Amino acid sequence: MRTTLSPETDASPTTLPEKTTIQLTINGSVHHLELAPWTSLLDALREYLHLTGTKKGCDHGQCGACTVLVDGKRINSCLTLAIMKEGAEITTIEGLAGENGLHPLQTAFIEHDAYQCGYCTPGQICSAVGLMNEGRAKTTDDIRELMSGNICRCGAYPHIVDAIQEVMKIDPKA
Amino acid sequence: MNRFSYSRPGNVDTAVGELTRHEGAKFIAGGTNLLDLMKENVERPNHLIDINHLALKTIEDTEDGGLRLGALATNADTAYNDKVESRYPLLSQAILAGASAQLRNMATNGGNLFQRTRCYYFYDTGTPCNKREPGSGCGAFNGFNRIHAILGTSDENPETRCIATHPSDMAVALAALEAIIRVTGPNGERTVPIADFHRLPGNEPWLDTTIQPGELVTAIDLPAKGFPDYYAYIKLRDRQSYAFALVSVAVGLEIENNQITDARIALGGVAHKPWRKPEAEAMLVGKTVTEADFQSVAETILSGAKGYGHNTFKIELAKRAIVRALQRAAKTETES
Repeated sequence: MRTTLSPETDASPTTLPEKTTIQLTINGSVHHLELAPWTSLLDALREYLHLTGTKKGCDHGQCGACTVLVDGKRINSCLTLAIMKEGAEITTIEGLAGENGLHPLQTAFIEHDAYQCGYCTPGQICSAVGLMNEGRAKTTDDIRELMSGNICRCGAYPHIVDAIQEVMKIDPKA
Repeated sequence: MNRFSYSRPGNVDTAVGELTRHEGAKFIAGGTNLLDLMKENVERPNHLIDINHLALKTIEDTEDGGLRLGALATNADTAYNDKVESRYPLLSQAILAGASAQLRNMATNGGNLFQRTRCYYFYDTGTPCNKREPGSGCGAFNGFNRIHAILGTSDENPETRCIATHPSDMAVALAALEAIIRVTGPNGERTVPIADFHRLPGNEPWLDTTIQPGELVTAIDLPAKGFPDYYAYIKLRDRQSYAFALVSVAVGLEIENNQITDARIALGGVAHKPWRKPEAEAMLVGKTVTEADFQSVAETILSGAKGYGHNTFKIELAKRAIVRALQRAAKTETES
């Protein structure tokens, strides 16, 4: 497979690459978008698909607010280009609830009051889904360590850990 | 971010050909460091070659009893690989000490080696930096240099001055394991020992590695000796998780009948490349665990170290971290 989005010449200021049609699979639906190569996956989600659940915090991979799942794995959508994710299955916070209602982590975040302002919450929840898919966290300390890529400036960490711990059925004393 | 064109080659030869043909092009794999630097206008490629579809993702045994890590295997897939965990736990631990779970899911082994420094002046295009803009000066030398290097720096000529550190944890473990980097380029394939892959700033601080234009890292070979029984990776940083090292230490020991038969010690966060001092390692060989003088070893490794004000504390910190890592690896660590 080979996709070339510009002529075989170097891009110069006078020959900017054209936008091209990119196919993205988001929350089970296929979308065709006209995007420039430099559009991040985060900007594609928010500005082109209006899926604004995924948040732009730092836009540099430091805060985790933009966390989404790509083929079940959590990544920072701000540090990847949309064009690099053609063919992948992308899941955002909008895609977590099923026919039977909220994802168990969404319910647990509500029950445990695991947020204050809520801005980091979609990223926290997507990250926690990824954490569960990975199956590496066995203790409360593991959850804290493996969730360290998600910053909560309100400091709701204890309740976030409680919520994840409950859904993962990890003994709080472990 | 500057504008660029994009291509997605399907095999290594095409990828290398495109890089050679496009002046100003760069490979992109995980993108975690490159895109970050592009957003800061520190990197400005005019073309990105997406190498994520090359068949370089496997982790497989080599004929000499070692393990070959594909350049495009992610850091997470590498750290959690059964063979890496059982035969090279030092590497697994070092990788997991770096970045966040999200970044490790994106970052690749090859890309990790090419990480640029996290020096604030390198990132800030409003300040001088000989690495970013050759000849412009070094903002860190007389600036805030708490995170900067204490060994192997270039500090005499203002136009080549550089006290930046290499940020990778993985590379520190690879240095201790004496990994071999496999490279392909316009002139064919070659191998580079990890010790020769990264370089000291010298008179050309803008060069991080010895890799030539047009070359692509395809794999990292781990020799058979993995120190799975006696090892330690200690990373000291300003917060408990998700921060770059102020000082890190990778130790691998072989111990038979309480006697040390081989020793490797590599430091991170202190120099422009992972730092080793073979004569210090030799001081341990032949000694029993109890008679080995870890403090003298630490003093030898730090001989010639130089602080620049804010980072002078790293010299003592590194010595203590080495002693602690040796104790932990030798299983003589006491609570304190």
